[in-house]
Amino acid sequence: MNLTLRVWRQAGPKAPGKMVEYKATEISPEASFLEMMDVVNDELTLKGEEPIAFDHDCREGICGSCSMMIDGHAHGPNQGTATCQLHMRSFEDGATIFVEPWRVRAFPVVKDLCVDRSAFDRIIAAGGFITAATGGAQDANNVLVPKVASDLAMDSAACIGCGACAAACPNGSASLFTAAKITHLAQLPQGQPERYRRVVEMVAQHDAEGFGGCTLHGECQLACPKEISIDTISRMNRDYMVAAAMSQEEKVGGGTG
Amino acid sequence: MTRAVSFWSSTVGKKIVMAVSGLIMVGFVILHMVGNLQIFEGSAKLNSYSAFLHGPANEVLWIVRVVLLLALVAHVVSAYQLTVLDRAARPVPYAKRDLQAATIGSRTMRIGGIILALFIVLHILHFTTLTLQPAALTEGDVYANGIASFQLGWVTAIYVVAMIFLGLHLYHGAWSSVRTLGFERGRLDPFKRPVAIVLALVVWAGFTLVPVAVYFHLVP
Ligand code: FES
Repeated sequence: MNLTLRVWRQAGPKAPGKMVEYKATEISPEASFLEMMDVVNDELTLKGEEPIAFDHDCREGICGSCSMMIDGHAHGPNQGTATCQLHMRSFEDGATIFVEPWRVRAFPVVKDLCVDRSAFDRIIAAGGFITAATGGAQDANNVLVPKVASDLAMDSAACIGCGACAAACPNGSASLFTAAKITHLAQLPQGQPERYRRVVEMVAQHDAEGFGGCTLHGECQLACPKEISIDTISRMNRDYMVAAAMSQEEKVGGGTG
Repeated sequence: MTRAVSFWSSTVGKKIVMAVSGLIMVGFVILHMVGNLQIFEGSAKLNSYSAFLHGPANEVLWIVRVVLLLALVAHVVSAYQLTVLDRAARPVPYAKRDLQAATIGSRTMRIGGIILALFIVLHILHFTTLTLQPAALTEGDVYANGIASFQLGWVTAIYVVAMIFLGLHLYHGAWSSVRTLGFERGRLDPFKRPVAIVLALVVWAGFTLVPVAVYFHLVP
């Protein structure tokens, strides 16, 4: 396959950037999008030019490193896949493809297509943890978890923190990420002690990072490589309202289980 | 107090304020529409309904007006503040962006909201305070005022256009407000939102019917 790429190039965080055109020639339709980028980078390197910087690690859809806005879609046109799981057969031969970094104020560009997603780490640090008992592990079946709750928790826990939700959101909101992390723990008995403090503090951190608010366009759900539902946002809001009704002592004292 | 402040200062809190104030206005809009439709039963019926609201039910009318004003202010202020935050969240736009899930309803919430706010002002100056008189209007004769105004094509056109935006606003708002308030039911599929679709269509049709029918002399 032969393709034309229009890629965002930016030398550093403060440097001005621009879209630059590259040719990707003789690309196998079986190649992943990242492998196609590798081929283009090999050619750039041979020509003595600076290769295009992009994030990647596992290349199997589990780490959340890869992050590209491909032709106007976060992680490309397919649903339920990350950029690393996107194959070139999803494109027409001869197509022109736009490749851009996540565009969110809270994710500043580090270089080319790499953005700094530490904002997500700070949202997690604000409340995405539980208090665990020390000592010997008890039998797993000592803690009873309803099947529905464990299913919902697992659905939320599938979040790999890639940032596609915020990148796809017309409001630059990371509500889907924040809601996934909150509801993942809120479904489980282990998450109860901090449940209502967690929702308030993680939402506050989300806002402090400069992400926008949710207007339920629904773009995040379609962009999410793990297909996390915007239902998680409804559940987060529900906990937020309960937390708002609680006194400070109640909130810190833990949830009602 | 600090609880209220921190609630209001968060994007989730503002959105909840928006949802609640929006639902209050949805309730009012339905009542208003049903009231209007009495025009098809003739002058006596509509004017006696109006006389009832301004007579025996006057206190209730004023309570409703105050609640609606508060809801409107809360709705507009939260919408404005959230819009400012949302704009700031993406300083550099995409060179190419293809939206997949956003509906015509969700995309027109802001522009439609501004149009509806302007329309509400015009509408109150027109039929409530009788400050704007596209045709000669008399206090208390709601029926005649409606007939006189909507015989003018341009007045009818303004109302018809505004109601299209009301329908779109309700289609997204009625669906998204209940989800914002924590109800999870409903899918992203823009056609699988029966309550919002029916509500938007009924309210749009109910409000549009009156000016259009008057314009075409279909009202008794
Ligand atoms: S590289 Fe790990 S998810 Fe794509």
